[in-house]
Order: sequence, then structure tokens, then C-alpha cells
Amino acid sequence: MIEGENIKIESGDLVSKALQMKTDGYRLVQISSVRTQTGYELAYSFGKEYDLVNLRVEVEEDAEIMSISHIFEPAFLYENEIVDLFGVKINLISVDFKGKLYRISTETPFK
Amino acid sequence: MSTRSVVPFGPQHPVLPEPIHLDLVLEDEKVVEAVPSIGFIHRGLEKLVEKKDFNEYTYVAERICGICSYMHGMAYCEAVEHIMNVEIPERAKYLRTIWCEMSRIHSHLLWLGLLADAFGFESLFYQSWRMREKMLDMIEASTGGRVIFSVNKIGGQLKDMPKDMLNDFVKQIDGMEVELRELTKTFLGDYAVESRLRNVGFLTAQQAHDLGSVGPFMRASGIALDMRKTGYAAYPNIDFEIITSTVGDSYARTDVRIREIFQSMDIIRQAVAKIPDGEIATPVKGFPQAGEYFMRVEQPRGEAVYYVKANGTKFLDRVRVRTPTFANIPALLETLKGCQFADVPILVLTIDPCISCTER
Repeated sequence: MIEGENIKIESGDLVSKALQMKTDGYRLVQISSVRTQTGYELAYSFGKEYDLVNLRVEVEEDAEIMSISHIFEPAFLYENEIVDLFGVKINLISVDFKGKLYRISTETPFK
Repeated sequence: MSTRSVVPFGPQHPVLPEPIHLDLVLEDEKVVEAVPSIGFIHRGLEKLVEKKDFNEYTYVAERICGICSYMHGMAYCEAVEHIMNVEIPERAKYLRTIWCEMSRIHSHLLWLGLLADAFGFESLFYQSWRMREKMLDMIEASTGGRVIFSVNKIGGQLKDMPKDMLNDFVKQIDGMEVELRELTKTFLGDYAVESRLRNVGFLTAQQAHDLGSVGPFMRASGIALDMRKTGYAAYPNIDFEIITSTVGDSYARTDVRIREIFQSMDIIRQAVAKIPDGEIATPVKGFPQAGEYFMRVEQPRGEAVYYVKANGTKFLDRVRVRTPTFANIPALLETLKGCQFADVPILVLTIDPCISCTER
């Protein structure tokens, strides 16, 4: 099996690291979020051929992070989903659904 | 001067088996922009991992999608097996490969039928689905279910396929292959079909890469990437080449999917010839230790990513599923730009959309 590589980065370095991945020819595979005791951990997965690199970013509960949708266009869907379901504050998403990507009858984000 | 207007497309539409909405910005009959709107059938299946233990969640994963149900269950099991360091028996790996390819055949035939229906070729739709029924009958004979297989478990498989059954399946598949060759003549050679698919909805290799598309949609634009080559199940022991096209239009997507059906038939034959005797599951004791895994599998619609995080208890911290349709939506929006309004249904179909698994 081809295993993925995990790289921990600071949230302030996210945009520059994403830009570096773009320059190195990676494509965006997915973005996911996990709740931690103090906030969230986001995983930005990038692929090149069969290699998978996951940039792991710790985000405090009320901290804000920048969108990477202006670097990787498909990121807007993943980021809107994370805003919707987790309540992570992501700034400057290229197409911002303002927390309404999913039409959920119960209150979101889920805490 | 052209007139600009916004036309809503979906969520209810004759060609859409599942709900997705697009706001299409038109200049006369030409689409200049499409804004997607999803979220009509979000079920919160990822959240359910907090209430179902890691074994029970296998059944939830299988219900994420009604078409590639088996591969969802298998991807989840493989991710947990990696965290628990469980090596499943060789026979189970081959069984997984065979059922995966049976799923791919029935999914692609379903898509061919829907495509034929979308451009109004009803007899082609009937023929595609008639063939699909044969595959569904085989799936029912081997698993007991037509759509939800429920044969996955962490550590292997719940059911086996006896030798006689496997040999019978190969014979039936040989017959299906003859029929599919006839059907292919119409799908790829008929003037009426070609006129609806050829030169419609181009996606270049660079766009497919940059927009993160996956599966046959991406491979039809010339990118040779297939997650079966990462080496899960018994695929490392199977000889197969990645099917691609360099054209990147709707016709190329149809061509790639048809050739993938033939390839799946060949993979099943190889797997049946090589499947060893033995156990179908490894006993698994205890709970998954703290850890995480990104599992990538090649579903009929493309690469699916299962992220599983365990904390040492019977409940997992997180299961996150990135489905192929979710990844293909941005590229779909790009292909819609510049197309004729009448081609929108065909183009939406050419990504083989599965909205229920997209929204989970």
C-alpha cells in the first residue's frame, strides 16, 4: 500500500504552504476537520500521482484561518462544508455559502 | 446584443435520479456560468460514528451509497484494519476484488442506461439495464442482496463464493461480454448518439488536474490515475492497464466507461483463476488502538478517500468520507461553461453524479 505523509504546519503558514504544493504540481484531494479538546484539526490532503501529502493544521476554537480556494479552486466546497458542520471560521472563501451549503433542519454547526 | 438570464436546473429534473441544483447563467442559449447548490439530502452519516461502535459502522458505511455500497463498506474496513494492523486472508482479498469489479460493472451499466435515457434512446436504455439485471442477479446469488451486499467485516468477509458459483459467474460474464460488444457498436458508433456526445463538454488534462476531478471523468481527459494501483485487496496480483482517452469530451467519457466494463470482466476472470482456498476472515479482538488512516479506493465514479481516526475505545473519533462526485463538481462547473443549454443534462450525467454519497 502507498501510505500518506503527514506534515504539521502552523495556521499562519497555510496559504504559503498551499501555494508551494500548487507550484510543486500537487492537486487538492480533500480537506477534512476533526474536533480536538481546544478546537479543530484540519487535514489538507494533496496528491501527486499516487503520493499523498497531508498538511495538518491545529486551529483554536475561535481562531480564524484563510481559505485556500483562490489557490486550489475546488477547495471552496470542502471549506464551506467545514464551516457548515464544524463552525470553523474560514475567511475569503471564493464561493461562500455562509454556512448554508447543506439544508439541515437542525441547528449547525454541530458542537 | 445577447440577453442574459438565470435558469434554475434541478433539484427535480427528468434526468436527475438524485437532487442537485444549478443556477445556470445563460447568454441566449449558451451557459456562461453555473453555481451549484447541494444539501437537499444530507443525512449526517459521518456524525453517526459517535453512536455506532466501530463494527456496527460497517453497515452505516455500506449505506452511504446505493450503487457503490460494497466499496464504501470495504474502504471503511480496510482503513480500520490498517489502524488495527490486521492482515486479512488472501482469499478475502480476492473476494473483495471480485465483488468490487461486479459493483463497477453494474454501476457503469446503470450509467450507460441513464445516459441513453437522457438523450432519448429508450431501447438502448432498456438493453443496458437488461444487462445490468444479469449482474444484479449474480450479486444477489452471492451475497443475498441486490444493492446492499452486507458481506464486509473488519478482518475479512462474512460470506464466501464456492468454486462452482465462481465458474458459473465467469460463464455468465462471457455471455455478457458478447452482448456488450453488440451494445458498444451502438453506443460508440451510432450517428444519433455520437451527435449528442462528440465535442460536447471538453475538459483538458490540466483542468482535470487543477480542479481535482477523479475517476473515468478525469481519465477521459488523459490522466492515468487509478487508485487500484495503490495496492489494496488483490489488485497487486492482477494484471491490468489504466484506461484513458486523450480527447476529454462526453464521447470519451462514455468510451472510457465502456472499456472499463470489459476490463472489469477480465479482472474477475483473473481473480477467479487465481483465488486461493482458505479462510475468509481473520479473527479481530479488542478495539482499534489510537491512530488514524487515510484509505483511498477506486470506486466506479473515481477515487474515494476514507479518513478514520480511532482513540482506543470501541467508538471512533471520526470517519470522514470524500466521495468521487464531491470531487467532480468543480470540474463539472467548468465543463458547463460555454455549452448549449440543451446539453446541460448530458454534461451533468457524464460525471455519473451520485448525490446521496456526496452529501452522506
